[in-house]
Amino acid sequence: MYKIVKKTELTTNIYLMEVEAKRVAKSCEPGQFVIVRMDSEGERIPLTICDYDRQKGTITIVFQTVGAGTMLMAQLKEGECFHDFVGPLGCPSEFVKEDIESLKSKKILFVAGGVGAAPVYPQVKWLHERGIAADVIVGSKTKDLLILEREMEAVAGNLYITTDDGSYGRSGMVTQTIKDLVAEGRQYDVCVAIGPMIMMKFVCLLTKDLNIPTVVSLNPIMVDGTGMCGACRVTVDGKVKFACVDGPEFDGHAVNFDEAMRRQTMYKTKEGRDALKAAEGDTHHGGCGHCE
Amino acid sequence: MDVLNKVPVREQDAKERAANFKEVCLGYNMEEAMTEASRCINCKNAQCVKGCPVAINIPGFVEKVKEGDIEAAYHIISESSALPAVCGRVCPQETQCEGKCIRGIKGDPVSIGKLERFVADWASENGIKPQGAAGKKDKKVAVIGSGPAGLTCAGDLAKLGYDVTIFEALHEAGGVLVYGIPEFRLPKEAVVAKEIENVKALGVKIETNVVVGKAVTIDELMEEEGFSAVFIGSGAGLPKFMGIPGENSNGVFSANEYLTRSNLMKAFDENSNTPIMHGKKVAVVGGGNVAMDAARTALRLGAEVHIVYRRSEEELPARVEEVHHAKEEGIIFDLLTNPVEILADEKGWVTGMKCIKMELGEPDDSGRRRPVEVKNSEFVMELDTVIMSLGTSPNPLISSTTQGLETNRWKCIVADENNGKTTKEGVYAGGDAVTGAATVILAMGAGKAAAKGIDEYLSGK
Repeated sequence: MYKIVKKTELTTNIYLMEVEAKRVAKSCEPGQFVIVRMDSEGERIPLTICDYDRQKGTITIVFQTVGAGTMLMAQLKEGECFHDFVGPLGCPSEFVKEDIESLKSKKILFVAGGVGAAPVYPQVKWLHERGIAADVIVGSKTKDLLILEREMEAVAGNLYITTDDGSYGRSGMVTQTIKDLVAEGRQYDVCVAIGPMIMMKFVCLLTKDLNIPTVVSLNPIMVDGTGMCGACRVTVDGKVKFACVDGPEFDGHAVNFDEAMRRQTMYKTKEGRDALKAAEGDTHHGGCGHCE
Repeated sequence: MDVLNKVPVREQDAKERAANFKEVCLGYNMEEAMTEASRCINCKNAQCVKGCPVAINIPGFVEKVKEGDIEAAYHIISESSALPAVCGRVCPQETQCEGKCIRGIKGDPVSIGKLERFVADWASENGIKPQGAAGKKDKKVAVIGSGPAGLTCAGDLAKLGYDVTIFEALHEAGGVLVYGIPEFRLPKEAVVAKEIENVKALGVKIETNVVVGKAVTIDELMEEEGFSAVFIGSGAGLPKFMGIPGENSNGVFSANEYLTRSNLMKAFDENSNTPIMHGKKVAVVGGGNVAMDAARTALRLGAEVHIVYRRSEEELPARVEEVHHAKEEGIIFDLLTNPVEILADEKGWVTGMKCIKMELGEPDDSGRRRPVEVKNSEFVMELDTVIMSLGTSPNPLISSTTQGLETNRWKCIVADENNGKTTKEGVYAGGDAVTGAATVILAMGAGKAAAKGIDEYLSGK
């Protein structure tokens, strides 16, 4: 069993949990993910690793309640346990293997959207610990949904916050901030964008124009997470790749985002139905429009 | 009794079972088992034993069944097999033990598989456990993967007194027995879970949720965690796809995904938290046992199901019994048919599959006649779901993270057939990770050979 040693509600419907998982904490690197199950009947839910403490043997995860599974997960309390917690899965970020000196000469821009700030954080932190200051853009719909601002500030070179509604920081989408920074004369050798699929798509369209190589981290539907099921297949540069073993990070300019977004909706009806059912309990009378 | 004919085994009615997930075959009762056992003529030079990959003393246990001493029969089987209730159900006996049975020359062979199943089920119902080791050895062995190869290897080593830990990547032990083979062929609670309990009762520890190659490497297990030897039984690997247009459309699944959702995650049960596509018209592409399992699962979830296979019925790689059961249940076989494109609507959901008719030409490398396309014979099947069951390619997770472990040109781990020895000292391997996708019993045979190899290696140290 994997004990939750800390739980915080970062903002409405976004939770942070620090979980005991010694083997994962010992071996994980930035860019990798875990799969959790909250009880013996639960779904296998993939989540990116937000932070890790090798001494304490803990992993920090951040998740937003989107479906029935994550809603139940949000009800777990400190001291309670996950039934299953497996990882690290996927490949570490490419820069982890890069020569530190050549890495130091690069100007890196991270672009995080929404909960995407969570997987971006350990990457920026890893670089910070090696004396590399990367610029970070964090985008959020509105001020109240912004997460990990202070944590990010502590490890980023320059931190740019932008909100869609202008309620905090800059106003507009992350793509606007990228444009502004480039217009201000900033140059980047590489961009790492993590967030909703639609955000990554538009960041990639822009950075392709700007000639900035861009890495994205995909979060498609998965079952086992070890390469066995092929549910997470994505098309990259015309070839079929499995996000769980070949990724989750890919060359964003080569990813077929339209297909990836379409595939994400595969079980949406069922997921939405279950979420509504869970939320409404006994009062649920077909509000989802899909009940038989 | 007619000695030429076997005692027929009771089965759930085809119409009824096509709508439920309960076991198809109901098995023998004591009377039927004893009658069937009495058909064995106890050959001096028993061919059946030679046909068994784990060399069970078949005449020995059948003799005990004949006498009605089922406990004794169980202990005879347990000397050679850790999973008799599983093997009695899923072994291809027709090409192994029963294929060699002298009775089969004229009439039906003895139903060895059904007898094995009866003995194992009886032992389970009566709380009989396999006998453990007499003494403990002070050496630790790690087994990677808790499928048939791993469980067999671990069980045999534990019986020899070794301190064995199995590392399983999924949240549940059993490998293909839990994620691959459906409930209606192999009940999970009543059969698989109990056989795993028996392996644990021998002293084997199972640590789930450990992906070897990611969470820990083989080198770390040996250098830091004190394991003197390692057995790799990590299984088949990554599902193959055809590479035809439209294959990433919504509604196209690998058989592995479809079966894992249904079997491991229990998605066939409407109370399950994991969803599965309830297709109305489903095509399963492929002709192996996995294709039959996927097809029969889709049928039970309410679909009209077609098996689409590019060769003819004769070349179907699936067991005859599985094909027979599938047909009985109403699966439609579209043979000599090959998909060329999957069609989808504007939102990307499958609407059909364009196929081409095939005919058999000259024999190919496999000795089977090569299917060739019939010109201008394309047609469209209307469908909402396509399940690709084309086999697997090896998972590079372990081979790519273990120094000195050689793989062949198909990326399978190279291991000696006789003792499981790999190119790395102290590391043994067997099962699908070595051979590519094969059967439960062949994996068990490899696990058994490796257990012997590991014992010889550690005894000589």
